[in-house]
Amino acid sequence: MPIKSYLVHPHLGRKEELVTEISGIQECSVIPAKNEDILVVVTETNNKEEEDILQRKLESIDSLNLLAMVSGFNTPKEH
Amino acid sequence: MYTSITNRRSFIKKMAMLSAMTAASTMFPGILFAEEQERGLPKGSSLNWKKAPCRFCGVGCGVLIGIEKGKAVAVKGDPESTVNKGLCCVKGYHSVIAMYGKDRLTKPLVKKSGKYVETSMKEALDLIASKMKETIKDYGKDSVSIYGSGQWTIPDGYVASKLFKGCIGTNNVEANARLCMATAVTGFLTSFGLDEPMGCYEDIDHANIFVLWGNNMAEMHPVLFSRMLDQRLTRGAKIIDFATRTTRTSVAADKSILFLPQTDLAVGNAICYEIIKNGWVHTSFVEKYCNFSKGLTNMGYGLEDNYKFKDKPEKIDFETYKEFLNDYTPEKVEKMSGVSAKDIKYMAAYYGDPNKKVMSFWCMGPNQHSRGTWMNNIIYNIHLLTGKISTPGNSPFSLTGQPSACGTVREVGTLTHKLPHGVVMNKKDREFAAKIWEVPVENIDPKPTYHTVEMFRALDRGDIRFMWIQVTNPMVTMPKLKRYRDGANKKGRFIVVSDIYQTPTTDIADVILPSAMWVEREGMYGNSERRTQYFEQMVDPPGEAMSDTWQLIEVAKRMGFEKQFYYQEETHIEEIYKEYRKHHVGKKHNMAPLEVLKKQPGAMWPYVDGKSTKWRFNSKYDPACTNGEDFHFYGKPDGKAVIWQRPYEPAAESPDNQYPYWLCTGRVIEHWHTGSMTRRIPVLHKAMPHSYVELNPGDAKRMQIRTGDKVKLTTRRGEIILPAAVNQRGVPAPMQVFVPFFDENILINEITLDSFCPISKEPDYKKCAVKVEKA
Repeated sequence: MPIKSYLVHPHLGRKEELVTEISGIQECSVIPAKNEDILVVVTETNNKEEEDILQRKLESIDSLNLLAMVSGFNTPKEH
Repeated sequence: MYTSITNRRSFIKKMAMLSAMTAASTMFPGILFAEEQERGLPKGSSLNWKKAPCRFCGVGCGVLIGIEKGKAVAVKGDPESTVNKGLCCVKGYHSVIAMYGKDRLTKPLVKKSGKYVETSMKEALDLIASKMKETIKDYGKDSVSIYGSGQWTIPDGYVASKLFKGCIGTNNVEANARLCMATAVTGFLTSFGLDEPMGCYEDIDHANIFVLWGNNMAEMHPVLFSRMLDQRLTRGAKIIDFATRTTRTSVAADKSILFLPQTDLAVGNAICYEIIKNGWVHTSFVEKYCNFSKGLTNMGYGLEDNYKFKDKPEKIDFETYKEFLNDYTPEKVEKMSGVSAKDIKYMAAYYGDPNKKVMSFWCMGPNQHSRGTWMNNIIYNIHLLTGKISTPGNSPFSLTGQPSACGTVREVGTLTHKLPHGVVMNKKDREFAAKIWEVPVENIDPKPTYHTVEMFRALDRGDIRFMWIQVTNPMVTMPKLKRYRDGANKKGRFIVVSDIYQTPTTDIADVILPSAMWVEREGMYGNSERRTQYFEQMVDPPGEAMSDTWQLIEVAKRMGFEKQFYYQEETHIEEIYKEYRKHHVGKKHNMAPLEVLKKQPGAMWPYVDGKSTKWRFNSKYDPACTNGEDFHFYGKPDGKAVIWQRPYEPAAESPDNQYPYWLCTGRVIEHWHTGSMTRRIPVLHKAMPHSYVELNPGDAKRMQIRTGDKVKLTTRRGEIILPAAVNQRGVPAPMQVFVPFFDENILINEITLDSFCPISKEPDYKKCAVKVEKA
């Protein structure tokens, strides 16, 4: 059950749009920086396949400029 | 302890998020995640936000602390603070967590038959007072000492100085700022006659060029670095990183220039040579406001006990100084420093350009330097030659690393030679202090005793028998540590340690006193820009923990000094500050009244006619200027600053065949100094769990060392094994290694050298010779 965190850089002037887009994805928690054009995104998926799909989904967002992974954890599946 | 999977997942999510936030904060110092901050608060909370200066570094950021149900639960940057303008670094953001470590000291501990036994505060204080009296009776007044720090609040340091210097009559008062800021003090005193920067942080908003002299600001002073990055973005200001290793600061700078250790002296002189050669000297400024002097050379390095040095300044003229600089042409200096003549000329051109405003920043690089006072002088020389000083944006600026290194150690004067106003050697200064302290003037000894390294040597020798250590961790920070730890553990020594957690220093204690931390008591700090900031008591300290101020007052009363320590428990901070202000009355150093400090995020001294002074020595801004000219360096009798002729001299120990590498030590962004607080903040500890040795990738490849491999470092003092870091956060130059000192389990100071600057007596933690092997 992968949990990953990313630093996400929006295209210039599109931070709010990016926050809205990512907030709409169930597997993502978004924490936008207050004073910089950057977001912290934490993802939680059930398996590697879902994680890959999610990553592709994120990368296809128009307002997203760069997705940089910071940490990744794999935890036992919840019962 | 059992942790459910759900809890564990939630914890891991939180860790993942905090890792990302920590990474972001190193890329964008001062970054704020307000939403997350609010999300972390208890549900339905109604926080009471109160202002305080941050507990950690010397920048002195204003923070707002969220209090709920008697507990500090959140921190955010204070938007009203002109220091940080609402920003907060990763340490400041998590600072309140350091108050709530599970192993917080709550009861006094007394060592009995080799074991620590809990006792009451009354009994512990009785024991300390009786032991001090007994030691003085048996060995004399100079056998007792106090060692404090730049984390002492102003009242802590003030009562310590009053008790030891004024009442007991010994100058055995030192503070850990001797290990980090003493050189800045002697730099200021020799060049200007008065301590502390002439400018302020507002200079950042005016400067076109920032030159960082051996100063990794992205990690050590992230909020100020963030302000510089902002100026680059909005005004096109440039940042030049001049250092011995590539760091996050180098990467973020417009230009990174590397020099070989100790050769900054030569490069600084080469810049002065270029300024003169190219006619960039501000002639009228130099003629009107500067003198030229030289001092003694080949001073030694203080490696032997009882080492003494006194400089003999001698006036010289401009032509003599100019001739001296002929040894420092960029081409000659290139060969010794590794800095190309082109890069030296590049830096000199910015300093020399009359249309560019330049700020020089430095901290431990030029200060922890065996010729540190000289290095500080040379940076001032550059600014004085070009007249780029004491005006908005033109500012040589020495930074500090502790919240009150300036406020308490430098201004209160908790060093052996100092008084709150002036020095013990001066009769008038002694009389002035004695009058305020209500003690006979004969009580104040006119002779300084021991600076920090010598104080610990005296403890080892047995000249000092009693030492009280408050709010510092010398058994991690002293260079050549083993000698001083063994000395402290010798029979017939009595050590008291006041702290909030057990540390390697409490291990040498006979009595451990639990201290109140930060906003668990009332106090003031003084930051790097002469700003004094007040904080109220916001929460109760745990158990019997007590402020360092009140611990000292209780012992002073027990020793018979009730008259001098008349303070009431409820009002003592106000009473002490009111008394302390008397020492600084006058336009040169007046401190703001407490009512002002309570209302606003601090005030900068000299505080005159209800106003802070932003630029000293400039008659437009500084009411203490009285010579009728534009500038008045009134710290010197003739009102002139000094341009010093200071040569290059090698370090105390340089690499050789047996120990072929340079060893440099320092800090990391996650941890504050010895880590006793930040290692108890889970997110910071997880982000940086242990120390390491950074190697140059070429050296590592040659020795077949990869990140994580064990590496053995050996110096003439001993050896240590620690994991390697190759191409990680910082990258040393070839044949150099870097080790941070925050980790008490990997004590790098076991192998460092206790050489120091002969003028400031500050150790050089940045340079000794080391052998590097794969373990």
